Amino acid sequence: MAWTKKVLRVNLTRGTVSVEPLNMEWAQQYLGQRGLASKYLVEEIDPKCDALGPDNKLMLVTGPLTGTMASTGGRYSVVCKSPLTGTIACSNSGGYIGAELKNAGWDMLIFEGKSPKPVYLYIRNEHVELLDAAEVWGKSIWEADKILRKKHQDPNVRISGVGRSAETGCLYAGVINDLHRAAGRSGVGTVMASKNLKAVVCRGTKGVGNVKDPLRFMQATEAGKKVLRDNAVTGQGLPAYGTQVLMNVINEAGAMPTYNMRETQFPGAHKISGEAMHQPRESDGKPNLTTNAACFACTIACGRISTVDRGHYTIKNKPEYWGSSGGLEYEAAWALGSDTGVDDLDALTYANFICNEDGFDPISFGSTVAAAMELYEQGVLTKEHTGGIEFKFGSAAALTTAAELVARGEGFGRDLALGSKRFCAKYGRPELSMTVKGQEFPAYDPRAIQGMGLAYATSNRGACHLRGYTVASEIMGIPEKTDPLATAGKPELVKAFQDATAAFDSAGICIFTSFAWTLDDVAPQVDAACDGEWTTEKLLHVGERIWNLERQFNLAAGLTGKDDSLPKRLLKDAANVGPAKGHVAELGKMLPQYYQIRGWNDQGVPTADTLKRLGLS
Amino acid sequence: MRITLKLFAGLGQFLPAGAKANAVQTEVPETASAHQVLEQFNVPLEKVHLVLLNGVYLDAHARNESMIKADDVLAVWPPVAGG
Repeated sequence: MAWTKKVLRVNLTRGTVSVEPLNMEWAQQYLGQRGLASKYLVEEIDPKCDALGPDNKLMLVTGPLTGTMASTGGRYSVVCKSPLTGTIACSNSGGYIGAELKNAGWDMLIFEGKSPKPVYLYIRNEHVELLDAAEVWGKSIWEADKILRKKHQDPNVRISGVGRSAETGCLYAGVINDLHRAAGRSGVGTVMASKNLKAVVCRGTKGVGNVKDPLRFMQATEAGKKVLRDNAVTGQGLPAYGTQVLMNVINEAGAMPTYNMRETQFPGAHKISGEAMHQPRESDGKPNLTTNAACFACTIACGRISTVDRGHYTIKNKPEYWGSSGGLEYEAAWALGSDTGVDDLDALTYANFICNEDGFDPISFGSTVAAAMELYEQGVLTKEHTGGIEFKFGSAAALTTAAELVARGEGFGRDLALGSKRFCAKYGRPELSMTVKGQEFPAYDPRAIQGMGLAYATSNRGACHLRGYTVASEIMGIPEKTDPLATAGKPELVKAFQDATAAFDSAGICIFTSFAWTLDDVAPQVDAACDGEWTTEKLLHVGERIWNLERQFNLAAGLTGKDDSLPKRLLKDAANVGPAKGHVAELGKMLPQYYQIRGWNDQGVPTADTLKRLGLS
Repeated sequence: MRITLKLFAGLGQFLPAGAKANAVQTEVPETASAHQVLEQFNVPLEKVHLVLLNGVYLDAHARNESMIKADDVLAVWPPVAGG
């Protein structure tokens, strides 16, 4: 369905729920999902508020195409102020609960205040209840999922919730849905737990409605699916090899962050790659990869479902991990693998299972472990700090033990749960934190992919690949090839990717469609579904408006242009191997031009003219 | 001259038996282009999407030029993406 035009507001302090109409003027300006919830957040909270205090709000939000037959139309986002970065946070997830919320009749859930005791929200269409969560508080989300499903005697409920890492204050805890899909970044799960909210349990049976022109919508979505089917990347590459096929691509291109981003190529990449996941193991003759998987309405099906060898040290006596589950995706494989120097595929798969089971971001976790390993190597950290763990680069045992400790919020895991920035500051070496605005880097070294350096530095939620994925152009040639080592033209490229991505996200579809679709493919689908006229130009304008709205939030929260930076290691220490040998991240050559084309002043503040043009003044 | 050829994802099936880590050392003529090397291994060119020579992208034109030197690494993928 397009917008249901209904918002559910939950006051956790008072334990009340109320229904209100969706602000349709804002829906025309911000479309839905990321954009629309960001508008609500900007209007409703003080950007300077304590992210973990009752004044922060948490929004679970769908887009107009969520729950429809549009390919990949299953996305939802969790929006709030981030405790990790202090910026606006918007974490996007697939799976099935987004569509379920829509089928229950809700565009958005807004949680405010803080419950005096642990609760969860149960939704069955219009029936909404806040229920006692004592039985599931202190349990992993996997265990809680099982208990809640049994309690409600409904195998078809969809559940989003937090694990023990969030409850114990891990600053990069996510909100997990459908067991292994995650609104993973920026600590949105930590905010959920800070409100004593364990989970949302939802069943929606109302079906699809409110589509403006159903026949045209069917035609437009079918045309979109044909484009995805006929495109070699979305029709063949992603279903067969998933995101993990990038492990060897990025390593060959010399852009693989390795050993806490000290190096740009990892000798063990081939052992933890998408290809390696297909190879039968020597130990049991079975491959790590069990099958691929799709989220709601997705016709790409890039997801990975894997199984760890039952004889592997991590699960030898733990039959609860003998089944198959989600992962490895490339981002988890990189952060848990090359950045920590661990090349044991099953150990990475197990660590990723733990990240899903107790709900924390494998990118931030892996990067923090990598920083700790560098500190250990330098003698700043000792076994006294780590609780006796030999915390060396390459140690699979250190990695998997660390994952278990962060999951439960125990021992050295409490330190690692701070995230790389606070962890490195605590031990007196802030320069070893590979973060922007406090958020850990994803899987592309900006010394070898210059556009990504600018994308990381200017991302509104800290270092992130999903705000402007110029890797598509710089490495893979989508939509056209640009030189990854050149800086010319990159400010324009980054801006174009950022604005378009905001529009894709806000429609409620997956950004992976953009490997085949442009906004020209999205606009007819949105236009057939939604009130108003939705052209490519309008979507781009909406995307730019969203980007500037998020920027305005961050500036009001106290961030400045000085926060649009990169760690010194990337700006000063040249890559020493691979195609980028001798190169540093040339942020200084790109940032002023980026500000200019954005219509911002030299301090990175949108000018009055820009705000007026975008309807933000 | 001797080079390293790496065939990834679905192209791995065109590597000779015994190849490790998706790579094989092979002898090619001094004038060989990327496409000629791939034809030597019976790789259907229509399946070839991303070609990196020592990690640097080769565009469609360069794939037919003799620009490979001894000890180079030629790495090739079918259509792939991720994130």
